[in-house]
Amino acid sequence: MYLESVRRWLDARIGLTDLGTIARKKEIPIHRHSIWYYLGGMTLFLFTVQVVTGILLLLYYRPSAEEAYESVQFLMAEVQFGWLVRSIHAWSANLMIFALFVHMLSVLLLRAYRPPREITWLSGMALFGLALGLGFTGYLLPWNTLALFATKVGTDIPGAVPVVGDFIRLVLRGGEDVTGATLTRFYGIHVAVLPALTTACLALHVYLVQRHGMSVPLDVDRGSSVRKMPFLPSFLLRDLIGWLVAVAVLVSLAAFFPTELGEKADPFGSAPASIRPEWYFMFMFQTLKLLPAHVLGVEGETVGVLAFAAGGLLLTLVPFLDRAAARGERNRLLTFLSLALIAYMVAFTVYGYTSSAGR
Amino acid sequence: MPPDNPHDIHTGSTTGVPVNRRRMVDWLLGTSLGAFLLSVLYPIARYLVPPASAESSVASVTLPIKASEVKANTGHIFKFGNRPAILIRTARGELRAYSAICTHLNCTVQYRPDLAHIWCACHDGHYDLNGRNIQGPPPRPLEMFAVNVRNDEIIVRKTS
Repeated sequence: MYLESVRRWLDARIGLTDLGTIARKKEIPIHRHSIWYYLGGMTLFLFTVQVVTGILLLLYYRPSAEEAYESVQFLMAEVQFGWLVRSIHAWSANLMIFALFVHMLSVLLLRAYRPPREITWLSGMALFGLALGLGFTGYLLPWNTLALFATKVGTDIPGAVPVVGDFIRLVLRGGEDVTGATLTRFYGIHVAVLPALTTACLALHVYLVQRHGMSVPLDVDRGSSVRKMPFLPSFLLRDLIGWLVAVAVLVSLAAFFPTELGEKADPFGSAPASIRPEWYFMFMFQTLKLLPAHVLGVEGETVGVLAFAAGGLLLTLVPFLDRAAARGERNRLLTFLSLALIAYMVAFTVYGYTSSAGR
Repeated sequence: MPPDNPHDIHTGSTTGVPVNRRRMVDWLLGTSLGAFLLSVLYPIARYLVPPASAESSVASVTLPIKASEVKANTGHIFKFGNRPAILIRTARGELRAYSAICTHLNCTVQYRPDLAHIWCACHDGHYDLNGRNIQGPPPRPLEMFAVNVRNDEIIVRKTS
């Protein structure tokens, strides 16, 4: 009785009934590709894990070259469950990026970006870029040797862009070199700028998914024969099972493979032989390693960086380039290119991990 | 744009030229808005660019390590101003110094005794003992410094 009056009070003010109607109307098509519908929700769940553990880390972390490494050391060694919170943050970041990769590539292969979902794709690509930015900026924060050199390389890469490169590098680093100024800058970007932008893009992305409903792949019969299940509660309960599995995987990874801290960064030390970036940058890292010093008279790194930028732009514009999918036709060339892209990324990632650094 | 409302046209001006009031107001509002945005964005943009730190005017440094302590076929990183540099004693006993910043993507190079030349771990770049880029992605040679030894003290200075 009492609950009912609270519900009615809230309903009159925020329109609970309307929200309930919208939620009940949402349906998920059931077909042989339905499994891919879980990846977006999985990415979102892992993002919330990042927000929660990130806030917890903020309570002990100190963003300066003098204190960053020591504060993480203190967190890992002294703070109760500090190792667990940091390890979950690091592992969840990796799993989130992995879920995001699979989500994006499945959308690409199933052509779920077809009209009217172009902006859903664009907001998803923006989220992808933001996630990579979060990964890159977060990597530096423990201020260890690996992070220092990965950041030197990563912030030097925009320097290869003609004309504006040097300026971008200066603003990114907060100076000519990677120093404590860079650490402070990356901290602000990692905990405030990127999360705020991510939240805004996420709101748009989720709103558009609600507005357009789930995309049904072209090769699935799109007549009335497509079965559907209600989102509430059927699909959400399945989502929940996935998230529970994710928590179990996260905790196991954090417990058995806690994140290491490594050596404190020394700006006057040589790059260690074991230097490597996060796995999701590995295929680009390995490609840059193989490019010769000069390609047709242009510096190899400039060619590589511009090629990656062009590739990213093409991928972003796929909904506008793939006119066949917009007409509901097959596009074998795009399927082939997508599979080639996946094969290239997987092959160069494996290659990067198996090739020895020195010769 | 033709005025929707004839009252928008002010014909009472002494020159006799009709003045579209709405366009005038739009123009004023537009430029005010533009000026406002500019006055907000300009300080933010300038704030984001770090102040130029005094460019290291160091032309020579005396190393904290004695010449007699540097063994043959080894390399040592030292500070040249606020940048890392590398001192090498070749297998033949000659002392040489270079900037330690890889010309590819800014990593700090190291001396590889097994190869007897300079190596960058980040992207597997190799330089010979004249600082020339001989293998891998580095596009340019390392800057070479002049090394002088006086009373067992090593003094490194820029050549140009």
